[in-house]
Order: sequence, then structure tokens, then C-alpha cells
Amino acid sequence: MTDAMEYKLQASSLNLYYGRFHALKNINIGIRPRSITAIIGPSGCGKSTLLRCFNRLNDIIKSARVTGRILLDGADIFNSGIGLTQLRRRVGMVFQRPNPFPLSIFDNLAYGPRVHGMRDREELEMIVENSLRATMLWDDLKDRLNAPALSLSPEQQQRLCISRLVAVEPEVLLMDEPCSALDPFATAHIEDLMRKLAEQYTIVIVTHNMQQAARVSTETAFMLLGELVEFGDTTQIFQNPRQKKTEEYVSGRYG
Amino acid sequence: MKQDKLIKAILMAVALSAIGGLGLITLFIFKEGLPIILQIGVADFFCSTDWSPGEQRFGILSMIVGSVAVTLGAMAIGVVFSLGLAIVLTQFCPPKVAGVLKPLIELLAGIPSVVYGFIGMVTIIPLIREYVGGPGFSVLAASIVLGIMVLPTVTSISIDALNAVPRSFWEGSVALGATRWQTTHMLLLKAARSGILAAIILGMGRAIGETMAVIMVTGNSLEIPRAITDPVRTLTSNIALEMNYATGQHRKALFATGVTLFIIIMALNTLAMAVSRRRVAGGGNR
Ligand SMILES: Nc1ncnc2c1ncn2[C@@H]1O[C@H](COP(=O)(O)OP(=O)(O)OP(=O)(O)O)[C@@H](O)[C@H]1O
Ligand SMILES: [Mg+2]
Repeated sequence: MTDAMEYKLQASSLNLYYGRFHALKNINIGIRPRSITAIIGPSGCGKSTLLRCFNRLNDIIKSARVTGRILLDGADIFNSGIGLTQLRRRVGMVFQRPNPFPLSIFDNLAYGPRVHGMRDREELEMIVENSLRATMLWDDLKDRLNAPALSLSPEQQQRLCISRLVAVEPEVLLMDEPCSALDPFATAHIEDLMRKLAEQYTIVIVTHNMQQAARVSTETAFMLLGELVEFGDTTQIFQNPRQKKTEEYVSGRYG
Repeated sequence: MKQDKLIKAILMAVALSAIGGLGLITLFIFKEGLPIILQIGVADFFCSTDWSPGEQRFGILSMIVGSVAVTLGAMAIGVVFSLGLAIVLTQFCPPKVAGVLKPLIELLAGIPSVVYGFIGMVTIIPLIREYVGGPGFSVLAASIVLGIMVLPTVTSISIDALNAVPRSFWEGSVALGATRWQTTHMLLLKAARSGILAAIILGMGRAIGETMAVIMVTGNSLEIPRAITDPVRTLTSNIALEMNYATGQHRKALFATGVTLFIIIMALNTLAMAVSRRRVAGGGNR
């Protein structure tokens, strides 16, 4: 039991098949609360697939089939009482390409709370302000909450998407290459934001950028061809990997 | 190279003659219709309900009202069903089923309008006479028949508009915990708004221009309707009913009716184009 509580999210013997294709092979991983865990690995190794297991976003893919368990605070997300809606409120996701909705800034932020039944205008306004403050957008956007969200810069759009999650008070933030569509300055800003958010949220980030993983995460998982090759402290993974394949990857031999 | 040029020249000639033909038709209608409007007086022509060709009185107000009433009724019915169908087919049914049903619905557009009119005459009109009242030939009957007739167009274009919404929006919404229905009405319908609007306007153009089916179910009376169970005459029916015996001023007044229709339809098409162009401009940032 202590073991279960030590982790916010814990996957055990997790397998995922896309039809015949075995995309995740017997994954065992524990994500610590209020920390940043990075998932790295070459393209197509199953990073996104693993991330999308944590909020059951793979459910929308018809061919996907999952075996094994994932525990959120010790409760199995596949067959305990946690409903899909509730799970996705608690485990939010930021996508690779910023995907603000074609609505106003306000409506983007109010979207999640409205989905979960919030109707009170004043309360919505407060949530919008707080979630914009959480990503340090409030001062820039407070005077144009009715502007279309698609008119923002890419960095602001990605921040807005993070705010949109914060608005539903999640516990875990899953980020799938959140900076790959951004320039280096915006990337640095978002990384700062992630460090700040990690004081309150559990963050899992998928990245192609090894420097980024080294900079922001406390623990790192290295995946290859659907397998979790190595998982441990970020410094250890990068400076003193136990597996030969990990060493080859972090030293750049896979490209 | 030389062949290319030749083919290009031929295609150009074909295109130009098609456009030229349209231009000539437009010119002809206006040449025949416009002078008489001025002669009768703009106010008398558009604002009088007295259409008595025998006494040289040509007021088309009751027909304008007829066309508008029938079209609005058709849209009220057609849009509800079309949008419902489009939503079900794009969001709530297996892609394979949708793949079969969509072409079938589009096939409905190919049925000749006289068939729709006939079906309306033998089924809808008796039902209205019996259960709603009035003579049966009515605004209501025309609205139902036209509502069914615009269904294929409006449904098909709405489906395309809904399918054109990027999947990333949909995923973002689902990842926030939204159900399919919440995603549909809180996000997709708004994201596809301009496409759906364009579909509705095109459907409206079809409804207002329809003639045969309307003649068969409206009763063609020359009064302004006071209830949806009253008979009416539309602009299109007026032309079709009287053109083959009209001469002189009467004939010209029918052309002027055509000019009126032409202007209404042009306005609707321009609106549709403006709306769908705004969609392209607004969709840049994806
Ligand atoms: N919907 C799907 N149906 C079938 N196969 C899929 C599907 N999605 C992903 N795959 C396959 O599963 C494997 C893992 O994909 P995934 O997207 O998780 O990789 P990734 O590590 O995130 O790659 P990248 O770094 O390019 O984003 C790939 O081989 C991919 O082709
Ligand atoms: Mg990926």
C-alpha cells in the first residue's frame, strides 16, 4: 500500500495493441507526485501512446486494446469507479500543436468548467482570471478576453491551452512535446512555467529534445520500440545510464 | 507544347461561351423586365397586392410574401432535420454506415421536383386537410415538401463542414472530459458555423427557386396568407402558370417577376460566398 501511495500514477504490466501491432510492451512505471517526469525515445517508440494511456485518450482509437493496470492514487483507472469524464478532469493533456478552440479566449478557458457543469458567470470569471494568472497570461490578455483565441501567438496559444487545463483543477498534466511547435525563447518560457506548475501538479512530458528532458525533469524514462528500456533519476539516466541502449541514445547515436 | 496551347484555347472558348450565355440570359431578363417596373412604378409593382393582368394592374406583393413564407417554412423544417442528420452521421454513427448513407441522401437531390410535388399532393395535403384544417393546399404543405427537397443539399454541405473541423479541436475537448454531445454543441457546431450557414443559404436559394413542386401544393391563390394553412402563390409559380398565354405588358410583368427573383437569389448567393470566404480567412491559424 505504501508503495502505491508513493506514486501519483502507476502502470503495471501495461500492454497496448493497435490491431495486431504491439505498441507498448509490458510497461512498468511509477510517476511521483509534484514532479516532472520526462519520457524520451526515438520517433515511433510509443511515447505518445503511453502518455495517452494515462487519461485513456486511446479509447477513441477503435483498434487500440489495452491490458494491464494503471493506478491513479492507487485506484485502477480502467475499472474502478473513476468515470471517463472525471478521469480526464483529473488528468489533463497538452498537445504537441497548440489547439485552442476557435472561440474567444474567455470561452476557451470556461470550456472545461462548463463541461463539468459550472454555469455561474461570476465564478467562471474568477476561474478564468486564476487560470490565466497561473500561466502568467493575465496581464497580457485581461483586456481582450473576448478576442478569438486563434489570434494569439503560438506561445500564448500553448499557454492558453495549459490555462484551459488549470481551469478544471487537474492533478496531473500530460504534455506531449508541448514545445516542438515553438521557438527557443518561447520554449524557455514554457519550461519555466512547467517548473512553477510542478510545485502543484504532477507533470509527465514527452519530448524529442534531450536537453529539455535534462533541464526540466527529475526522473526520465527511455523507451525503444514499445519497451521501457530504463527509468530513473534524470541525472543518472543522462550521466550514468545502466543500459547500453540508453547510453547510445543519450549520447546522440540514434539521432 | 503546341497541343497544350490548342487545348487551352478550346477550353477557354468553351468557358467563355458558357459565361457569355449566362450573361446574355441575364441581360435578356433585365431588358424585358426592368422597363416595365419603372413604367408601373417601383412602389406600385412591389407594394401592391393587386395582380390583375386583364386590367393591366401588376402588383406582386402577395407573391413576394408567398415566396418568403414558403421559403422560411421550408428552412425551419429543412434545417432542423438536415442539421440533425449531419450531426448523427458525423458524430454518432459508425463511419461505414455514414459512408453508405451520405451518398444515398445526396441521391435524393436527383429526384425530379415534380415527383416531390406529386408525393406532397397525394400524401401531405390530405393529411393537412384532415388534421390541421384548411384546404390542404397551403404554406404548410409547401414548407414540408420544400423542407424535404432542400434536405440533401443542406445535409451534405453541413456534413462536409463538420468533417472539416480539425480533429485536434475534437481531441482537446474530449481530453477535457467532454462527452460527444457536449463536444458537438459546445465546439463543433461553433467551429463549423460558417460552413453550416453557407449550407443554409444555398438551401434557401434552392427553396425560393423551386417551381413545379410548389405549384402542385400551394393552391396558387393571389391573397396574402393569414395562416400557415392558407393557400399562396410564389414568384416562381406566377411566372410558370401565366407565361404560356401572356402577351404584351403582362408578359413583361412576368419578366419583371423574374428580375425580382433573380435579385433575391443573387443576394443569397453573394451572402453564401461571403460567409464561406470568411471561414477560409478565419481558419488560417491551424
Ligand atoms: N492509431 C494508431 N493506429 C495504429 N498504429 C498506431 C496508431 N498510433 C500510433 N501507432 C503506431 O504506434 C507506434 C507508436 O506511436 P507513438 O505515436 O506512440 O510514437 P511516439 O513515440 O510518440 O512517436 P513520435 O516521437 O514520432 O511522436 C508507432 O509505430 C505508430 O506507427
Ligand atoms: Mg508522439
